[in-house]
Amino acid sequence: MFSLEGLTNSIHAWLHNTFNPTIALLSEFVIVGICVITFFAMLGLILVMMERKVSAYMQIRLGPNRVGPQGMFQTVADTLKLAVKEGLTPDGADRFLFNLAPFIVMITAMLIMAPVAFARGFQIWDINIGVLFVTSVSSVSVIGILIAGWASNNKYSLLGAMRSGAQIVSYELSAGLSIISMIVLTGSLQISEIISSQQNGWWIFKGHIPAIISFVIFMIAVTAETNRAPFDMAEAESELTGGFHTEYSGMKFALIFLAEYANIFIVCAIGATLYLGGWMPLHIGSWTGFNRIMDYIPSSIWFISKTFLLIFIMMWFRWTFPRLRIDQLLNLEWKYLLPISMVNLILMTLVSIMGWHF
Amino acid sequence: MLEEIGTTAEGDLIINIGPQHPATHGVLHLVITLNGETVKNVEPHLGYIHRSIEKMCESLTYRQFIYVTSRMDYLSSHINNHGCALCVEKGMQIEVPARARVIRVLLDELTRLASHQLWWGAMGMDLGALTPFFHAFREREMINEIMEETCGARLTMNYMVPGGVMFDLHPNFRHRVKDFIAFFKTKIDEYDELLTGNIIFQNRMKGIGYLSKADAVSYGCTGPTGRASGVSCDIRKLYPYEVYDQVHFEEIRETEGDCFARYLVRMKEMRQSLSIIEQLIDNIPEGEFQAKTKAVLKLPKGEFYSRVETARGEFGVFIVSEGGTTPYRIKFRSPGFSNLSALNHMAKGSKIGDLVAIMGSLDLVIPDIDR
Amino acid sequence: MTAEELKIKVTEVLPGALFVEGGEWLTVDLEPAVFLPVARKLREDAEMDFDYLFCLTCVDWKTHLVMQYHLSSTTYRHTIVVRCKLDRTLPEIDTLSHIWRTAEFHEREVYELFGVKFLHHPDLRRLVLTDDFEGWPLRKDFEDPVNMIKL
Repeated sequence: MFSLEGLTNSIHAWLHNTFNPTIALLSEFVIVGICVITFFAMLGLILVMMERKVSAYMQIRLGPNRVGPQGMFQTVADTLKLAVKEGLTPDGADRFLFNLAPFIVMITAMLIMAPVAFARGFQIWDINIGVLFVTSVSSVSVIGILIAGWASNNKYSLLGAMRSGAQIVSYELSAGLSIISMIVLTGSLQISEIISSQQNGWWIFKGHIPAIISFVIFMIAVTAETNRAPFDMAEAESELTGGFHTEYSGMKFALIFLAEYANIFIVCAIGATLYLGGWMPLHIGSWTGFNRIMDYIPSSIWFISKTFLLIFIMMWFRWTFPRLRIDQLLNLEWKYLLPISMVNLILMTLVSIMGWHF
Repeated sequence: MLEEIGTTAEGDLIINIGPQHPATHGVLHLVITLNGETVKNVEPHLGYIHRSIEKMCESLTYRQFIYVTSRMDYLSSHINNHGCALCVEKGMQIEVPARARVIRVLLDELTRLASHQLWWGAMGMDLGALTPFFHAFREREMINEIMEETCGARLTMNYMVPGGVMFDLHPNFRHRVKDFIAFFKTKIDEYDELLTGNIIFQNRMKGIGYLSKADAVSYGCTGPTGRASGVSCDIRKLYPYEVYDQVHFEEIRETEGDCFARYLVRMKEMRQSLSIIEQLIDNIPEGEFQAKTKAVLKLPKGEFYSRVETARGEFGVFIVSEGGTTPYRIKFRSPGFSNLSALNHMAKGSKIGDLVAIMGSLDLVIPDIDR
Repeated sequence: MTAEELKIKVTEVLPGALFVEGGEWLTVDLEPAVFLPVARKLREDAEMDFDYLFCLTCVDWKTHLVMQYHLSSTTYRHTIVVRCKLDRTLPEIDTLSHIWRTAEFHEREVYELFGVKFLHHPDLRRLVLTDDFEGWPLRKDFEDPVNMIKL
């Protein structure tokens, strides 16, 4: 059976047999770095293409269909265009911060990639506080957005950045609480253990109603956290033209754009890991025969398809809902989602203590 | 520009919305004073597309000036033409043949539908929902094709002339319109499903941009904007022209006076327009499509005023004639100009997002405001 | 109210009012001095109740300017046209923007196109033209050799 675990193990073994441990570790760093950057680029291309095709489907259009078969190379062409464009810095802008901001946003997105388990045994860093790492690092991206908005010296950008700051900080609470309520079930922050605890079924099925509530809140909160419609207050093109990235162009814009899609992928990957079992195939309790058949589908396929399902749901949101107003957005978080997720956390604790889950 | 606005309090932010901005649907320039996210003052600066059509018309003959008016409210160009033709006919006392009257009403209502469809799509887009725009354009395309076949143009149509219409209907007109009615009847329910019932949409629209009945009258708001505040101002009902007194339709009025009321008025108006077209499409009388008129039109000395109901409200044409072949003075009372004057009153104290929603619900067409 | 009844009513307000015959609606010519009180009376009188100013414009008659106000009532549906003759060299008239709010914008437009000065207008600035524009474009003697094309 095809497995990525074998591949990583053999490379690891070969490096350690050939070189001394320091050089082996360093060369592993380099390989991982290259892989992440390549993956990022691929992700950007695929997700942008997917977004355009999904939106085209929703909007009774065809979508890009000229460059390459079925328009598959459209995003490549777009990237080329962005890459050769002049990277403009406005006169009144704070040059250093203006140029720094896209990198902060980008690096944050790359960092969160570390603990994500892409397949069985295929993970960059199985840190024992994996989920905590993700939530804490992802909150750094708001700094990048604030810097971008402030350094642009544009009132629209500033307003967008302030909105975004208020929004991300608030929605992190319910995203965090809904993650915590799942941690209560799994009993571990480590990604690999969270996945292996779903050996006999995914948490969304095993965890009763609290798990479903927590899943819904998580999806809403991460949509808000990644600044996607209906929560795209930071960009809000009909109000603030482009929000915090109004002044960006060329490759700097591309970085911000790419980071947005990478963030979407990551939060969906975390969602898939917590609720849908990550790379774990669909297992149902004691149905050994069924479970064995499911195991024949490679774990990477399971992971990718779950993640993309969640991404599709987020795109579906974007292309059907109107945007909320800033005060409604904060009301939704502080008056509804936060209390609900707090109560849900208590419920979940109860479920966990009493062993009511499957 | 700062000095113009006068005193601004500490911590106020002054933002130029437009002349190029996605929410202004054209070259409208608003200078808004913000306190945080709250709008304190909105000040429209107009004139980016001011062509002084009124001055231009003073040197054009009564046949020629009608073509210029299509370029004012380009979304209801037929109705603009209609108003001008009515005014000239009133002055010349031309009797329009029955066939032309029905054709005029049919095209007016199709134009109104197309305009409302575009507004519906743009309204969704203002609130961040991009999909409605494409759905609205699918149906609007059918109307545009009918227009193209009938009068050769898709947007700035010139079909109505003093005495009737320029040429007879295309043979395909009837079945094309019938196809459109059948298709649009199913789609308008889809519109409601996609946007009207949406909870986010309703929250964004309800209670926003309130305009009381007295204020609506005082600001001269007409059309859906006025009717949403409960003002009875449908010219088609109040001062029926052509065959509007022979068809059955309702004057849609709401009492809330907020953005959602304005939205509902337009949505219901679309159904009314459909019903008017349905009543007339099988009853186009045979006969002349244009009255016999002199080659050179000369209005008698005097003042003539005619009013029609465009998609945005009451459109008035005021001609002062000295008895010559060209108008001595012409004034177009455009609905958008009066509706815009109420914007500051409505938007004060709301959020930026609300301002966009209010502008969307007013259905502003900038060439109509600037003229 | 019919035109005849209106005529009687207006005569009550302004004895010796000058009516112009032949138009579609009752037309009354006012002097600038009595203009504002009569306008206020038209708006406030319960039987007339002209609450809707649907057209406000100005006509340049080369020797003088004439302001034209089309008033209508949303309750009684009667219409009156009020005209007011202005001096061409120094056209001044009281603003109506506090009686009919829509007049604020329309008066600004008339101000910049005809140069009529509206006294006590809250915000009499140019609306469509640039601030440094010279001349009053809709007056008959306005010449702009660059932008105007004569047919």
